[in-house]
Amino acid sequence: MAFDVNEIRTEFPILNRQVHNNPLVYLDNAATTQKPQVVIDAIVDYYTNYNSNVHRGAHQLADEATRKFEAARDSVANFINASSRCEVIWSAGTTESINIVANGIAKLLKAGDEVLVTEMEHHANLVTWQQACLASGATLVVAPISDKGELDLEAYYALLNTHTRLAAIPHASNALGSVNPIQAMTARIKSISSDALVMIDGAQGIAHCDVDVQAIGCDFYAFSSHKFYGPTGIGVLWGKEQLLADWPVWQTGGEMIAEVSYQSAKWNTLPYRLEAGTPNIADVIGFGAAVEWFQQLDKQAVLAHELSVLNCATQMAESFDGLEIIGSAQHKVPVLSFVMQQGHPADIGFILDRQGVAIRTGHHCAEPLMNRLNIPGTARASFAIYNTVNEVERLFEALEKAKKMLA
Amino acid sequence: MALPSTADILEDLEFFDDWEERYKYIIDLGQEMPKMDPQFHTQERLVKGCQSNVWINVTPIDGKLQFDVDSDAIIVRGLLALVMAAYNDNTPQQILDFDIQQYFEALDLEQHISPTRGNGLRAIVSKIRDFASAARL
Repeated sequence: MAFDVNEIRTEFPILNRQVHNNPLVYLDNAATTQKPQVVIDAIVDYYTNYNSNVHRGAHQLADEATRKFEAARDSVANFINASSRCEVIWSAGTTESINIVANGIAKLLKAGDEVLVTEMEHHANLVTWQQACLASGATLVVAPISDKGELDLEAYYALLNTHTRLAAIPHASNALGSVNPIQAMTARIKSISSDALVMIDGAQGIAHCDVDVQAIGCDFYAFSSHKFYGPTGIGVLWGKEQLLADWPVWQTGGEMIAEVSYQSAKWNTLPYRLEAGTPNIADVIGFGAAVEWFQQLDKQAVLAHELSVLNCATQMAESFDGLEIIGSAQHKVPVLSFVMQQGHPADIGFILDRQGVAIRTGHHCAEPLMNRLNIPGTARASFAIYNTVNEVERLFEALEKAKKMLA
Repeated sequence: MALPSTADILEDLEFFDDWEERYKYIIDLGQEMPKMDPQFHTQERLVKGCQSNVWINVTPIDGKLQFDVDSDAIIVRGLLALVMAAYNDNTPQQILDFDIQQYFEALDLEQHISPTRGNGLRAIVSKIRDFASAARL
């Protein structure tokens, strides 16, 4: 199947807009991606034609809503190759998904246990475990990265032992782009500590890497819809069925119960036992539309396109005087983080914005990582399915101007 | 150097018609504003933004408040110079009476003090107003 970026662009209405009298160049995709028309339409269609609560209504609309809602779960299960649809738990996003696991593990950990994270974590995959350790008396262990921004695997494996109860790994770093070899790492972790659970923060992985949860072999994989062409406010916790079936419930209330008396309650079966209350129906349906839309594409061709855009940006960055790339791992998602001799990242962001180029600047919710790299933050251009080489050229023209103005 | 007054700034900025000239002017202001002694870059003077950091030090002199401010980003320093023009060396009452929102709107820079920007400028403005409220008591 051929991949035509110009055709893809026509599916994203926002790409037609102007920002400060320039055509928008949207390079903040690691923060959130834009949405294709089919996703917007699916949400509008739900509210226009069959808005209703799910699972409990005795009427036609409830029936239609429930069917679409559960079909979205099937689409996601199929997309990540879950062994059962019950393994797909809806959450508000990656952060909430990680919290569901952290909240449970805090009850299972004890003093002497270890939780292993890495130096490249987003706060969502750090503060959660840090707090779980503080609550339980377990020890948080932080695995080092190299100056290139790659995990030091030798050091990582040396930190594993029989006390390791959970290893939390980002599939890819949001700040640097580095992709971790999660499949090989999971196998190694399990071989050293058979009790250790492996949790993957897939926020940056889901749109830009192959995700087959059974092949990876991990216990949990968390991701957000909005970084994968779907709406905000919805995400997924995937977990192995036998684990989730007994996982400490995190929120209680409606939907998640099987039987209730005034003094006690029995929990519902999966996936509902971890989904208390009325879910975010519209966005689940919107996310289902996003997954179905993406699955019609040739994923390998999409990823190859994104990497060719990244390679072009990397080459231009390398020959740009006064610019230093932060994060040059061998395997990267399409993220180009950099600092410039002239100008703080925030200054660069201001001047790019005036030229219609949207990037992210700052610490990228990875403050300890920025401290580790000894920089206040970076400017970050992150690419997605609809970005073009032409837009990369616009980025560097805008950077030329920033450099001149800040000299 | 003496920093320009709010009236000077309003007049100067009105004179420029493209964004580049306006931003260059703000950058120049940022470069001209006296630098804070790095030893004052302490945790308690820091106002953290997620894009850039801002430091502020206040000294009450003869019933007026004198501020030293700094940022690691030059455009933020320039924007701080605009804020200083409004507040520095004023009495607490003058500070509390000044309509900063209207001033930034008149400068056509209101997006920089909107709550959506993580540059710490809005936080600095509320900090300055807090100092003024406390000093008035």
